[in-house]
Amino acid sequence: MKEFTYQKAADVPGAVALLGADPDARFLAGGTNLVDLMKSGVERPARLVDVRELPLDRIETTADDGLRIGATVTNSDLAAHPEVRRRYPVLTQAVLAGASGQLRNMATVGGNLLQRTRCAYFTDLTKPCNKRDPGSGCPAIRGEHHNHAVLGASSHCVAVHPSDMAVALAALDGVVHYETADGPGEVPIGWLYLPVAETPHRETALPPGALITHLTLPPSPVAAHSRYRKVRERASYAFAIGSIAAALDVRDGVVHDARVAFGAVASRPWRARAAERILIGAQAVTETFGAAADAEMAAARPLAHNAYKVTLMRNLTVAVLGELAEEAGR
Amino acid sequence: MALPTSSVITLHINGEKFTLPVDHRTTLLDALRERLDLTGTKKGCDQGQCGACTVLVDGRRTVACLQFAVAAEGREVTTIEGVADGERLHPVQQAFLDLDGYQCGYCTPGQICSAIGALQEHAAGWPSAATDDLRPESGPPPLTAEEIRERMSGNLCRCAAYASIVDAVAQAAGTRAIQPAGTQADSEEQAA
Repeated sequence: MKEFTYQKAADVPGAVALLGADPDARFLAGGTNLVDLMKSGVERPARLVDVRELPLDRIETTADDGLRIGATVTNSDLAAHPEVRRRYPVLTQAVLAGASGQLRNMATVGGNLLQRTRCAYFTDLTKPCNKRDPGSGCPAIRGEHHNHAVLGASSHCVAVHPSDMAVALAALDGVVHYETADGPGEVPIGWLYLPVAETPHRETALPPGALITHLTLPPSPVAAHSRYRKVRERASYAFAIGSIAAALDVRDGVVHDARVAFGAVASRPWRARAAERILIGAQAVTETFGAAADAEMAAARPLAHNAYKVTLMRNLTVAVLGELAEEAGR
Repeated sequence: MALPTSSVITLHINGEKFTLPVDHRTTLLDALRERLDLTGTKKGCDQGQCGACTVLVDGRRTVACLQFAVAAEGREVTTIEGVADGERLHPVQQAFLDLDGYQCGYCTPGQICSAIGALQEHAAGWPSAATDDLRPESGPPPLTAEEIRERMSGNLCRCAAYASIVDAVAQAAGTRAIQPAGTQADSEEQAA
């Protein structure tokens, strides 16, 4: 690991000022991803600015009856919060589906959003990777890619975003708020992650040096009837091979409102708007749910070894929407 | 002005204060083992994946391999050396002994620290991925074997002593691990 200087930020403006425009500086919060990447040499910061103790660790109800979640709230505290469990159960389920008890105690909300892909080529310095070393190539496309993207990828990168939490936030229309030297800004989660295109090394729309301060969730009646389901290669403590965050409001057998997002299928949490368009106003029956999944996955461009994800996402969609519809009918 | 890449820090471990110079690259795990001779905390994968280095930081279970020592300054660290009450073992330690919750023992300090944290989390009413009813007013879910397995999934055991580990955690919690029907003969004997 490269040597680095370490400073603890006292407040948000201080943190932003300490980081400055230095491309070799990084914010350190929970460290569960950054420290690991520093050990492997993928990240080689010369300076760390510790933001974990900033006063950004609260979850509060907003004036419009939404929720404001501080960036240094741990994944554990987010999942256990009474208002999240009551009003946005899909978010609690998504966070609890990720990592382990230890890692959730360390990891923060801001860090979870900015975690890097677990593509094995990205983390292996002996291999080319356009995300880590722009222009070097993407060996995953012809290599090991059974857990790579089927939606929104490019010929430059097929890695998936690993966050479960972000999939729920995409379904809930979360907004990311940040601070820069030039003042605060915000970006909806749907616009936070940039399209892969020819620049997979450019991952987010955050300005250079920005510090995520908090998220906001708008009030969402439909979110009270929501669910996250994750499929992985073992029962616990593994990244998804496919996941879904869904919320469904069924009235008199008809879908009144719906939110659907897919995980582990793209470089970002994938809001399934084509599926939602099919769902809203249609009969809440299996045929509708299957048609919604098909509409979304019509854009899929699977590689040689990950076409199973197209079927998986259809099955997940039908199963989870079916359960939500059945519960609504009780 | 060039900033330093090392610092003199004070760590609070098991109720004692230790002041030492550290290179910033030093993890809490390496500080404990290599600098402070607290070798009860084990290094397994050193990548946050196996749980062998689990300690409690400010009362919460944490993997010490992904925690820089310099960033642990001012926080209360409890290692396996600090969980007993003098000569009296912690109930989780005693349960692991009583029920053979280990084989080679290498992962055991991490398992025990993790179980202590997990039981506190459960008592505080935190749900897990195995919890069906998320409503906060429902309180802690029944501590079934499935709940214990899920909550302890961050601790790998290369000897696969998992069945006894689940029983030990259940005993320490004052409950019995609820096994699927037809598989509980061993638990019955241990509980008798």
